[in-house]
Formats: sequence, structure tokens, C-alpha cells
Amino acid sequence: MRRYSAFAIAREAARYHTGWERAWRSPEPKKKYDVIIVGAGGHGLATAYYLGKNHGITNVAIIEKGWLGGGNTGRNTTIIRSNYLQDPSAALYEKARSLYETMSQDLNYNVMFSPRGVIMLAQTQHEVRGYQRTAHANALQGVKTEFIGPERVKELVPIINIDGPRYPVLGGLWQERGGTGRHDAVAWGYARACSDMGMDIIQKCEVIGVRQEGGKVKGVDTTKGPIDCDKLGLVVAGNSGDLANMAGFRLPMESVALQALVSEPIKPCMDVVVMANTVHGYMSQSDKGEMVIGGGTDGFNNYTQRGSFHHVEETVRALCETFPIVSRLKMLRQWGGIVDVTGDRSPVIGKTPLGNCFINAGWGTGGFKAIPGGGWATAELIAKGEPGPLCAEFGMERFIEGRFIDESVAAGVAH
Amino acid sequence: MLTLQCPYCGVWAEETELHAEGEAHLKRFGPGSEDEAFEGYLFMRENPKGVHFERWRHSNGCGKFFHAARSTTTLEVFGTYSAQTLEPPQEIKDKISAKYPGWSWREFA
Repeated sequence: MRRYSAFAIAREAARYHTGWERAWRSPEPKKKYDVIIVGAGGHGLATAYYLGKNHGITNVAIIEKGWLGGGNTGRNTTIIRSNYLQDPSAALYEKARSLYETMSQDLNYNVMFSPRGVIMLAQTQHEVRGYQRTAHANALQGVKTEFIGPERVKELVPIINIDGPRYPVLGGLWQERGGTGRHDAVAWGYARACSDMGMDIIQKCEVIGVRQEGGKVKGVDTTKGPIDCDKLGLVVAGNSGDLANMAGFRLPMESVALQALVSEPIKPCMDVVVMANTVHGYMSQSDKGEMVIGGGTDGFNNYTQRGSFHHVEETVRALCETFPIVSRLKMLRQWGGIVDVTGDRSPVIGKTPLGNCFINAGWGTGGFKAIPGGGWATAELIAKGEPGPLCAEFGMERFIEGRFIDESVAAGVAH
Repeated sequence: MLTLQCPYCGVWAEETELHAEGEAHLKRFGPGSEDEAFEGYLFMRENPKGVHFERWRHSNGCGKFFHAARSTTTLEVFGTYSAQTLEPPQEIKDKISAKYPGWSWREFA
């Protein structure tokens, strides 16, 4: 793999850009791999990358039914933060956030990580108390966050209306080192690095069955024929329930639609990420100038990647009050992604009833921020067959044992 | 927008008038039951790609709970029916069979 650098740009500029290589290969599947990862989204590709980088396992295939990064990795609002309440979540998300800081150098791919800061607005007394509690918890966990008053919020976000009649801003939870990244670049960067290690990324290849023998996985049947493996990783976000059905077990998850939208591009007006969980709306400004807006999930099971319009209306209505300038904006695009939501709003990274099959799923509405941490933990799990410290608490058995990692109370809606 | 007919008051209600209440026909297990049964009742879900049965509540209407049969891949509604039943009525099952021969959902088919 030829490294990307300022020198490479100069070299290619001098020869009419004829020397750029393909970023990753598109091979046909081999008969057998040591590890097959189903799902070439952020978490799947990160899992494969850390399998190679941290554990030296490179005979790996990443199988994707569509195109890589085309699911939720390419559909989220790119927010990166780690201000969670519970210790296991804070550790996992903080690991991810810290890996984002060096990801561009590590992958030699510009993922445009922008630690611009994230504010979660407190718009009710209940939220004020909740976020003060989170700030104290974060201090103990070694995650730098701070509870700030409305004046400081106004200073950080001049376009905000802090005395709205329905949703006054009473303060906020401020994580200075949170921010955004370029979601596609994260997938592309990992894909390029995986391909460079000799891993096969097989796109447009759907898994249609999981072959088993004696309680273990032998391989998968795909639209490109059967492929054998020693270990299988299911990292398929919204489709986890469907894959689990094929493999013959149930998951504590339901798949629902989550929507986002972007406005027409405008001049820079907001250089932090603002989340307003009471009103189900969050907003940041992309480098192109578009306001990137996320909303709430639908209540019913759905695999169509389309959401209900009234959620968009609710989100925009609330944002119009909190950010009055938004009322003049035209919205350019709106889309939906399917997220799988668990009972305690925390992900599942762990073993399955099939001995050599592992799962990374249930990220609900907040998987993007966790990509490097989730991949790191899942790679360790697959390589060693047992969860490491990062994901030890996140196994599915927590539901039968009653050890929830309850982030639904802590964060309400947005993750 | 999703519209469902409430089987109690007969109103064709839009989604904003309704509240989704999750998977239908769950068998309840409480304290004293086996751990696995309790876990299954509380957390484990079918989450199928295709035919699904679920509970809804006509929350901004007559307030009653009812059942709906729906596809999660096409958002097509096969029908709604009373909450006072342990399984979907035969006519709704027939309607689904006509369109998706060989379908199954838990023990129903």
C-alpha cells in the first residue's frame, strides 16, 4: 500500500494523478478463512483491523450484503462523545473516543476527527440533576466533562435561544474533547488498512444461512456460495435479529428506524455539537456548512430504512424554538437507518449459544462513536474466545443475571 | 404515515394517535418462574424480518390496547384484532398465507 502524504499529492499532481492505487481489493471469496466477520460497517471493519493489528490474525474475510459502510455507518450524525453514566459504558466509549484522536495517523487515512466539543442541553430540572450526576460519575471514571450554566452555553453557541417558553436552557453537560468525524472515511480507512493486511472484503455478498455442526459454526452460506470458517463474528447492526434467526438463537433486541436530515449549506454559525434530549433533537454543522440534524426513533419494528415523517416534524419543531435561525432553512435530504435496541440501551458484545460465534450488536442509536472501541473489544473477544476487560460486562448473559448497564435512564433518547 | 383501524372504536387512526407497545402474544412469567422463562418474557424478542404481530394502544383515542399484524419489510398491514385473544384470528392468518406462503412466527403459521 502506498502511503498517503503531502509528498504523494505533490508527486501525483506532477503526473496528472495517474499513480493513485485502489484503496482496497475486491476479491472473490476463498473456500475457508480463520475468521469471517459478517458486516463491513464501521464495527465489522474495526473488528477485522484490530484482529490483524493487535492479535496477528489476518486470514479474515469481511462479508457485506451491500457496499461497505453503506448501512448505519453512512447514515449517522457522526457525533463522538463518551459522557456516559455507567462505568462499563464510560470505559468502552472513552476507549473509542481516545482511539479516534489518533485514528488518522494510525490508518494513514484522514478521518477528519474534529474534537469541537459536545453539549448535552439540560432543559428540565430533571435533566439538570441527571447531568450533574453524570458529570460527577465521569469525574470518577476519568472522563473529562463538566456541568455548565446557561450563560456558558450561550457563549459556546451564540445562535441558541436560552429562554424559550417551552424548553428553556437551564445548563448543559459539556464534553470538550467530544466532537465529530467523517463517517465514510472511518469505514474507508479501516477497509484500506484491512485490505493491506491481506484480508478479503467481499461486498454484494449476502449471508443466507449459518451452517452448524455439533453446536458450532462450520461456515456461512452466501449469495456467492458457501464459505467455511473457524470463528464467526456477527457485526450487522440493524440486521442482528435476522442473522440470529438464521443461526437459531434469539436476541434481546428489536430493530427500529432512526432518522436524520441535513439542511442546505450556510456560513459557519455553530462550532460545537448540541444535543437536546428532552426534545429529541441534535445538531451540528458539517464542514460543507450543512446543519446535520438527528431525531428520535420510531416505536415499531421496521427493516425498511424509512422512518415516520412525524418524527422529523417533532425534531424540527423543537429545534426551531431552541435555534430560531433554523426556521428559515430548507432541508436538503432526509434518510433513515435501522438500529437494534436492547432493553437497557447498551450494546451486546459477547459470546452466543454457538461456541465459536460471537456478536457485536445492539448499539441502538449510538454506534458510530464507539466504532474503534467496539472493534477493539470484539477483536479481543474473537481472538481469545473470551471477553477482555473492555467488554466483560457487555455479554448477553447480563439480561438473565439482571446486571443491566442501564443507559436508558441516564441518557433518555439520544446516544 | 402508518394508519391502523382500532378494532374497538372503528376509527382509522394515524400513527400519531397510536402508541406502539411491542411484541404481541407474549406469555407472562413472573417471580418464581425459571430464570430463562423470565428473561425470555422480559427481554428476548422475535424481531423478524417480515410478518410480525404486535400490540398497539389507541392512546390518543379510545385508550384501548389491540393487536396488529404487519410486515416489517414492506410496512403492509394485514389487519388489526382484539386484545382478548391468545393468537391471531384465522382470517388474518389466511390473508398472510395468501401473500407469503410458508410464513411462520413463533408457533403460528
